[in-house]
Amino acid sequence: MVSEDLMERLSWSRKDLISTEDLARAEIDKIFTLADIFGASLKGDKAKLPYLKGKVVVSLFFEPSTRTRTAFEMAAHKLGADVISVASNISSSVKGESLKDTARNIEALMADMIIVRHSSSGAAKYLADRVGIPVINAGDGAHAHPTQALLDAFTMRAKFGGDFAGKKITILGDILFSRVARSNIYLLKTLGAEITLAGPSTLVPGEFEKLGVRVCHNLEDAVSGADVVMLLRIQHERQRSTYFPSISEYAKIFGLNKRTASLLKPGAFIMHPGPINRGVELDSFLADSGRSVILSQVTNGVAVRMAVMKLCMDAAEKGK
Amino acid sequence: MELIVKNARVIDPSQNLDEVRDICVRDGRFAPSVSGKAEVLDASGKVLAPGFVDMHVHLREPGQTSKETIASGTAAAAAGGYTSIVAMPNTSPAADSPSTIRLINDIISESAKVRVYQSACITEGRKGEKLAPYGSLKNLGIVALTDDGSCVQSAEIMRNAMVYAKTFGLFIMDHCQEATLTATSQMNEGLMSAKLGLAGWPAAAEDMIVARDIILAHYAGAHIHLQHISSALSVDIIRDAKRRGTSVSAEATPHHISLSDECLADYDTNFKMCPPLRSKSDMDAIIAGIQDGTIEVIATDHAPHSIDEKDNAFDGAPFGITGLETAFPVCYQALVMNGKISLPKLVSLMSTRPAELLKIEAGTLKLGAPADFVIFDENAEYLFDKTFSLSSNSPWLGKRLRGRILKTYVGGSEVFSA
Repeated sequence: MVSEDLMERLSWSRKDLISTEDLARAEIDKIFTLADIFGASLKGDKAKLPYLKGKVVVSLFFEPSTRTRTAFEMAAHKLGADVISVASNISSSVKGESLKDTARNIEALMADMIIVRHSSSGAAKYLADRVGIPVINAGDGAHAHPTQALLDAFTMRAKFGGDFAGKKITILGDILFSRVARSNIYLLKTLGAEITLAGPSTLVPGEFEKLGVRVCHNLEDAVSGADVVMLLRIQHERQRSTYFPSISEYAKIFGLNKRTASLLKPGAFIMHPGPINRGVELDSFLADSGRSVILSQVTNGVAVRMAVMKLCMDAAEKGK
Repeated sequence: MELIVKNARVIDPSQNLDEVRDICVRDGRFAPSVSGKAEVLDASGKVLAPGFVDMHVHLREPGQTSKETIASGTAAAAAGGYTSIVAMPNTSPAADSPSTIRLINDIISESAKVRVYQSACITEGRKGEKLAPYGSLKNLGIVALTDDGSCVQSAEIMRNAMVYAKTFGLFIMDHCQEATLTATSQMNEGLMSAKLGLAGWPAAAEDMIVARDIILAHYAGAHIHLQHISSALSVDIIRDAKRRGTSVSAEATPHHISLSDECLADYDTNFKMCPPLRSKSDMDAIIAGIQDGTIEVIATDHAPHSIDEKDNAFDGAPFGITGLETAFPVCYQALVMNGKISLPKLVSLMSTRPAELLKIEAGTLKLGAPADFVIFDENAEYLFDKTFSLSSNSPWLGKRLRGRILKTYVGGSEVFSA
């Protein structure tokens, strides 16, 4: 067990985690330090930790998810919490119950924390403003997915030896509709990295430059000398169909393959929040190669979420 | 019934009047004098102007009377200094047929507190496909045609609507929105939409239809009125068209000259409207358009929505805010207090010009005209904390405002007193 002293110092005042935009460097460091501790515990004796013992965590997913949902629920279990899963197809949302009523009912059932994913940008903040218990955003529309960005940065941190200053990180793909990209931009900028956004001009609008990042529509330029390439899934849904000609054109012009990956800095690595379209944004060989840290991302996702859940729950307890 | 209002600063752009004097009312009309029996109202230090005229109001009756009724909406209008308003036809059923226009006319005569004029649909059911019967509708007193929030997309239908409307002395008022660029739009496209992850509504979607409508109006020799202009390029296009002599008029809302898309940072749905709040530079361009006469009318686009609809995730909430009660102070603060325009110019934008465009008896204090007027105190600050509307979707509710409406008169009768 870790000393109570250290645990006491690893605390913050946020009840909710909605976005990475306003996370201070010191807060990010606390998450990472806690995630180190929890990660070691997960690899070690695998015993459950007691920090959320007796708490009930409701995971409220109005959008399908495998990876994120499982990681959150695993994290809650590892902290000793009980978990109740509510998927949108079996919840009252199909009966037209409003988001507000759903959340208030969960609170009235004496739940202690809500993990929420919703297709509407702003939905997590909307809930957090209306319930007293902690709300952790597991993805709201195209707005934010803070724990994904945190686990991405946590994974990079291990590779970088902790120092993000001047590191060149390229995020490649459907930026316009990506909450993962937005959360990574804010977080990685706070950590001191240099960010390039790349992909077709229709999906990577120049407006993003105002966030202090480089926007690039040429794959070779975008990846040359990069320390990390983070690939985003190209969505096949109908609303994207007019944004680029075809999947095969995308794969040819913007997909990362052996040739374009050779332009990366030696030792550079490849990330993907999943699920991967093999052969589209990422060559299958690369996905399975030593340069890929995709599965480490998944493992780290549990430790990082344990850290966030503990920090938010402690803050809510103190605020009572 | 006789009334004399004494010592007010009387502003009437229709007569180029701005001086301290008395105003007399006899039998519901402005008169040269009154007898000794007249009621006397001292308005020293206050301003008296023609009652405001709003070309763009959603009264929601029939069909959505939990949001607003003709009674509640006109009470809000009176509280905002409005004496004549134009009801939008996006009721349920839509005001596209003689029977619906008759029904609404009946409700107006039973319950309206100010003068309500009706606009009717350009197309049946606002579907953009088949022209509504303008000839029959004109006989029932409608003043203009609009499909309101459902902009006619077909150039052929719009051309024919303009040409056919002209026969009856009617004109089109268009909500300029190209549909394919805005199918999922939630807010202005720009840095804020990129940050918030909300689907953008590019100004180009407005600019395209503004340009199309102007070209068609030029071609058809018809007048076109462009509703709630929000984009800088649209202002330029309209300015250029006026220079070329095309018969075009345009309105701006109080919110598009006072608020920008930065207000949306917290996903507050009381800043969600259509067209959306745009950038500061668009705001400045609209104000410049008001200054040089490109935009001649302030209209509110008063759009009541219930709290249950507005209190929702952003993309689930409807577009629109209420505006009748706050239009004058908001415009006073944004335009007159900032030294952008004079007070008489604001009265022209809110009263004289819209009345002229609509060809209604309003917007003037001329002798013999209906005694529709407003008395306000440009220096009075107050807390906007209660509304006559049945809805409360206003970003100004709970805020302090300057430029208070004190009294409103329709046909010489007081319909509002603060």
